[in-house]
Amino acid sequence: MAAPCVSCGAAASYRLFLAGRVSFAREQGLWKAAAAGLQTGTRCQILRLKHSPAVTTKKNVAALRRESYTVDFIKKQIEEFNIGKRHLANMMGEDPETFTQEDIDRAITYLFPSGLFEKRARPIMKHPEEIFPKQRAIQWGEDGRPFHFLFYTGKQSYYSLMHEAYGKVLHVEERQDQLRAKGLFSEKPKTKDPIGSRWLIKEELEEMLVEKLSDQDYAQFIRLLERLSALPCDAAEEEFVGRFRRTVTVQSKKHLIEPLQYDEQGMAFSTGRGKRKTANAEAVVHGHGSGKIEINGVDYLLYFPVTQDREQLMFPFHFLDRLGKHDVTCTVSGGGRSSQAGAIRLAVARALCSFITEDEVEWMRQEQTEA
Amino acid sequence: MLKGMTRLVSRVHKLDPGRFLHSGTQAPQCLVAHLDNQVPTESPRAISRTLENDPAKHGEQHVGQHYNISIQELKTVFPHGLPPRFVMQVKTFNEACLMVRKPALELLHYLKNTNFAHPAVRYVLYGEKGTGKTLSLCHIIHFCAKQDWLILHIPDAHLWVKNCRDLLQSTYNKQRFDQPLEASVWLKNFKTANERFLSQIKVQDKYVWNKRESTEKGSPLAEVVEQGIMRVRNATDAVGIVLKELKRQSSLGIFRLLVAVDGVNALWGRTTLKREDKSLIAPEELALIYNLRKMVKNDWQGGAIVLTVSQTGSLFKPRKAYLPQELLGKEGFDTLDPFIPILVSNYNPKEFEACIQYYLENSWLQHEKEEGKKELLFLSNRNPGLLERLCAYL
Repeated sequence: MAAPCVSCGAAASYRLFLAGRVSFAREQGLWKAAAAGLQTGTRCQILRLKHSPAVTTKKNVAALRRESYTVDFIKKQIEEFNIGKRHLANMMGEDPETFTQEDIDRAITYLFPSGLFEKRARPIMKHPEEIFPKQRAIQWGEDGRPFHFLFYTGKQSYYSLMHEAYGKVLHVEERQDQLRAKGLFSEKPKTKDPIGSRWLIKEELEEMLVEKLSDQDYAQFIRLLERLSALPCDAAEEEFVGRFRRTVTVQSKKHLIEPLQYDEQGMAFSTGRGKRKTANAEAVVHGHGSGKIEINGVDYLLYFPVTQDREQLMFPFHFLDRLGKHDVTCTVSGGGRSSQAGAIRLAVARALCSFITEDEVEWMRQEQTEA
Repeated sequence: MLKGMTRLVSRVHKLDPGRFLHSGTQAPQCLVAHLDNQVPTESPRAISRTLENDPAKHGEQHVGQHYNISIQELKTVFPHGLPPRFVMQVKTFNEACLMVRKPALELLHYLKNTNFAHPAVRYVLYGEKGTGKTLSLCHIIHFCAKQDWLILHIPDAHLWVKNCRDLLQSTYNKQRFDQPLEASVWLKNFKTANERFLSQIKVQDKYVWNKRESTEKGSPLAEVVEQGIMRVRNATDAVGIVLKELKRQSSLGIFRLLVAVDGVNALWGRTTLKREDKSLIAPEELALIYNLRKMVKNDWQGGAIVLTVSQTGSLFKPRKAYLPQELLGKEGFDTLDPFIPILVSNYNPKEFEACIQYYLENSWLQHEKEEGKKELLFLSNRNPGLLERLCAYL
């Protein structure tokens, strides 16, 4: 489907920050060897590497844009990365065999503490696959004849993907016809989890195919996939479609809704906490009340003389149409008046979750994100 | 989850010339409905107004209802003294309606049962901001005016301790300061409110204003007031004389005196006025305040003293203070002690409903919807002042 991607690179950051003395000199030697190899190599679209290891001079900037990496170079980088990983594990006193990427990240942040705000500018040590951008290998042979039959469409990976998907659709429909002919066809409604996953977005698809797409191409593709997924597919086709879906974490399921608690008189109440900026609030919402709200022992009218803050308090109740039905006692500290109002609002909303069913909670969250 | 919306489209207006246009074709229907109080849609309308316009006859059954004050009465009884937002509302609605509420009724009850032989009793209205202390005071004043008392109404004592432009050294007492502008304005309003008494009351002393002018003993009080209005320099002294004479003569029983001061905590607080050498002036160095303090003491008979303490407009008092102890300070509290405190609080649900109905009738609120009412309830927490401000924006 996608052309085998080769990445090689001149990402100076990667090399510079490899821990351990995987020697600089060796790398320079590598570079020279690679450069020499490339020059003597077959006709290819790779530009000569003018990049020198340490310093990029101004006149090389134009060349930097269209650089590409050979397969060998990438392989070498991967080897170096693995060796560097083992060295790092040794340095940190951990077992090199079970040294995962998270451990590497932790070790690097420990060894090279950085105060930079931009997280992408901080030192990283990752697998070369993630660092060097994927690029396409040479797509035609020595005689100049392209390998892929769709090369002259311009977007070979995209069209081959469409071709494959449509082939699957036809295959499924053919199977259906056969079943119908035999009389074994049964209409099974497809059930799909509406909330749990989503289609790839255009950028992710482009990254997968290493090709530029237009919006119409993307829309066509998604439509085709939806058509395919609407038909009764077997495992192979499901797996094919599954490659283009990403899971979306259902946030509300993460949020534990505590059950209602009951106090001495038998009245239901529930607590919730909320934070906004530097304000912390904790609210206790009682089941049956008249809409009184007490903050730090003071009535909310006196605590928030500004109408805007009281409107913030009103929103959770208003959303659930329970304006005069609950009593609230809460404590808040920190922040300013607006962030205190926001913190109490969040705490009240969380406490109110215990009074309503789970579906409504999810519905509320979606409504909020849409609104 | 969404409740159904209830739209009450009851637009029963009184057939005033000002609002005749609104009724239109619905007029005959509405009239019939109005006469027949059994129709359920009319009952919400009935609770917001009452036809009983004499405060003396207001009782428990009128709590929550608005009664009308005619515009002429408004001009005579309240030349000053109504809160500015209320004045705007009167102008907008073309009518002045006050709501009858419990604290005012309680005070009316006490006033009706006062024994004029005893020293004047002091009543202090207190409460949080926006709960209706000033308007309750106005209700009392209206009652007393109808009962033909002499009204000594100081609309806002705070205005006398801040932002005064001219301060003159008092002619009477060198240590004190005069405030000609405030005093003359007050004298004008006092004259409008109490025209009929001014000719009856006679001064009992001779007062010499300057080399050429003086007021003889036995001349009517109106002369003193005129002198104060014409000669602005002597206005403060005129005020002092008026107060002294009234206090002296109310015990004689010719008239009954009502002393109504709004924001009495200004008398014992601090001022923001400075002398030429930028040193602060204490309240007792202002002649007006000094005389007013004497007035508020209960060493005279034949009337009553109704006071309000308020934080709005007060100087150097925290926003959340509303109790008399906090606002008056030790000195003020000791001076006013003993007094009868009357708490004015937010609307109860019935009064809130009545207020909303009143606004709906005057087309101030356009649509009646349950959710809207609930939102208003929440946002204002039934505070009258806040409710009025909120409704102004809707």
